Amino acid sequence: MEFFARHLWLIPVLPLLAAGLGALLGQSRQRTAIGLSIAAMVGACLLSAGAFLLTLTGPASVGPYRYHHNLTWFESGTAAVQIGWLLDPLSACMLLMITFVGTLIFLFSTGYMAHDARIGRFFCFLSLFAAAMLGVVLSNSLLLLFVCWELVGLASYLLIGFWYDRPAAAAAARKAFLTTRIGDLGFLVGMLWLSAETGTLLFYDNGNGCLEASALTQLVARLTTTGMGVSTAISLLLFCGAAGKSGQVPLHVWLPDAMEGPTPVSALIHAATMVAAGVFLMARVFPLATLGGTPEHPAVTLQVMTWIGALTALFGALTAVAQTDIKRILAYSTVSQLGFMMMGLGAGGPPVGMLHLLTHAFFKALLFLGAGSVIHGCDGEQDIRKMGGLRARMPLTFATYAVGMMALSGVPLVFSGFWSKDAILHALEEWPISKVPFLLGLVTALITAFYMTRQMAYVFFGSDRSAHAHPAHESPRIMTLPLILLAAVTVGLSAVATPFRPWLEEFLAGASGHSPEIPSGTWMVLGLSTLASLAGITLGWRFYGGGKAAGVGVPEPLELRFPRLYRILANRFYFDELYASTAVRGTIAAAWMAAGFDHALGGLYRDVAALLSSAGSWVARMTDQWVINTSFDDGCDGLRTSGRLASRAHDGKPQHYLRALAVGVVLLVLGLAWIARP
Amino acid sequence: MSPLLLHLLLAAALFSIGLGGALIRRNAIVVLISIELMLNAANLNFLAFWRYGPEPEALNGPLFVLFAIAVAAAEAAVGLALIIAIYRRYQTHQLEDISRLKG
Repeated sequence: MEFFARHLWLIPVLPLLAAGLGALLGQSRQRTAIGLSIAAMVGACLLSAGAFLLTLTGPASVGPYRYHHNLTWFESGTAAVQIGWLLDPLSACMLLMITFVGTLIFLFSTGYMAHDARIGRFFCFLSLFAAAMLGVVLSNSLLLLFVCWELVGLASYLLIGFWYDRPAAAAAARKAFLTTRIGDLGFLVGMLWLSAETGTLLFYDNGNGCLEASALTQLVARLTTTGMGVSTAISLLLFCGAAGKSGQVPLHVWLPDAMEGPTPVSALIHAATMVAAGVFLMARVFPLATLGGTPEHPAVTLQVMTWIGALTALFGALTAVAQTDIKRILAYSTVSQLGFMMMGLGAGGPPVGMLHLLTHAFFKALLFLGAGSVIHGCDGEQDIRKMGGLRARMPLTFATYAVGMMALSGVPLVFSGFWSKDAILHALEEWPISKVPFLLGLVTALITAFYMTRQMAYVFFGSDRSAHAHPAHESPRIMTLPLILLAAVTVGLSAVATPFRPWLEEFLAGASGHSPEIPSGTWMVLGLSTLASLAGITLGWRFYGGGKAAGVGVPEPLELRFPRLYRILANRFYFDELYASTAVRGTIAAAWMAAGFDHALGGLYRDVAALLSSAGSWVARMTDQWVINTSFDDGCDGLRTSGRLASRAHDGKPQHYLRALAVGVVLLVLGLAWIARP
Repeated sequence: MSPLLLHLLLAAALFSIGLGGALIRRNAIVVLISIELMLNAANLNFLAFWRYGPEPEALNGPLFVLFAIAVAAAEAAVGLALIIAIYRRYQTHQLEDISRLKG
């Protein structure tokens, strides 16, 4: 079993190799590239399963299983930068989830992207993404985590903009990249600060890591200049990064636009894994975030997380109500559920947040793949108003989609989403600061059930409302098989996630030392959340069921009842417009100012430079003409003339030379005679 | 008249004849022969100064002459080879026709 721990690095390296080899293979070997990617993913999945089993074997008496291996990346002077990998229940769960969902999504993509000419490149990007994401989960160093984090961002950029010939896709890719960068700036600053304070970025290092007791006690004593604890400041900065990646409210705008990418990408990146990276990050640095808090008064970072999460949850759910694009609805629902996870993390600690992350990953991947199947069947149509009546024509998709929908809506008993959401609500109910997040959570649960019912009614019930929906057909086996498997897991997970048998929660709790309390008041919360979800579904059916879902151009039932509210929701609370008129316009104005300044200053420089250079060139010209040219030409003329004269003597006749010699001899003799005269 | 002076006069006559031939004749071979005459005039001078000099026993005069004859033989060989080569190329041995070397 130790094999799996020692060779943990293989898990991200396998997909990375597949991506590299896939990139090298040519256009004609696309099938090989696909095979490689899937094989690598299956291999990573098996290794992850081994690693997961290994964490189960850890003796409970000495605390949770934790294996880490560190190595020095490079040294600079006395400082050595270390990286490493880490296996504990938290990363083991994430590993298994990512590789399992990833494998299914890879399989689904072979069907969904079958008609795309660049499918090889697509799989290469997918593998790169999987490798980076596995790196995030495995790394035992905040630095390595950050590197993989940025790689995830890059892969996401490439995949969202995969159909780069569509302007909307290219713009969405840019937007996603830039928006998450804003959050990453906070991450980077927080990381550097943490490194400066504790001198290490390793999470666990036999007592010397930055998440271990010695570093934490050191941190808790320090205050920033404003009186805020250093640990609070650092964890808030890290939260900025998490908020960017996980689409929390001020930075959520990129996530819905990211749906321009192919649907499997939406499932893999924007539902199951990447957006969860932010939640995972906060769960990983939870010991840091919780510093300085007491049970009665949680740390500031946790309070911020809870409030932001509550706002995000409500906002996402409200916006989803008025969207008409099947994937956009799911995207806003993801935003909303990410808010739930943050709330759970803030109020209940990593087990609660991570539990919802895991269950959500499965049922949201299921929903996205189901949506992909619907889009595939409807010939690329994404507008739910143009669908309808697909229940009969796509029975398998309908059944599995219904499972996902009920898990998301929180229908009780057999759906894992119900239990994980319940755990969050329970934690919120006991939150000592305020009951408002609890109420917001309940309202969100109701709205969630409402908009999912609306979507189901539009897509699967009633009659077909356009030519696209009419010839719809069930997707091939390779696409429905992942749906069935995901649906099975969605149901199956609830066996280990109920408050009566909270195995998964306790397993996760081992990771951070936060054991969930014995559920008191469980029944009240269970009852309320059941009520909320059933009320949402009933309300949704009252509004949209029975053929009341309207086609394009016809105001829909909610719009008729509350036209102004509907308009605000349909326009997504005008967030994009707000950013366009403030942040974007501000940036452009600043750019204009900078350009103008540049222009003015540049003009001055240009005039001076022009004057100087023309004066210089005049001097140079004069020197050239009068000094260099004239003297050189004269010298040349002289040489030529003398050469011409001298060459006369050399007429090529030997006897003339001889004559000159003889004359010379005679003159010599005469001269000698003159000198030797008596 | 001393014997040395007679010898010197003979050598001077020989040299003048050679010089005249070299300057006047057009035939390259005759010019070569005239040059040999001048050379031998110089050799005669060597021998005369040795024979009537202060040390007739030292044999340095004949030694110089022997060297000069050897060098003259080599020079004659080179000169003849040049003349043959020039003849082959220009089909002439008239010196005034060979003026390709003019500067």
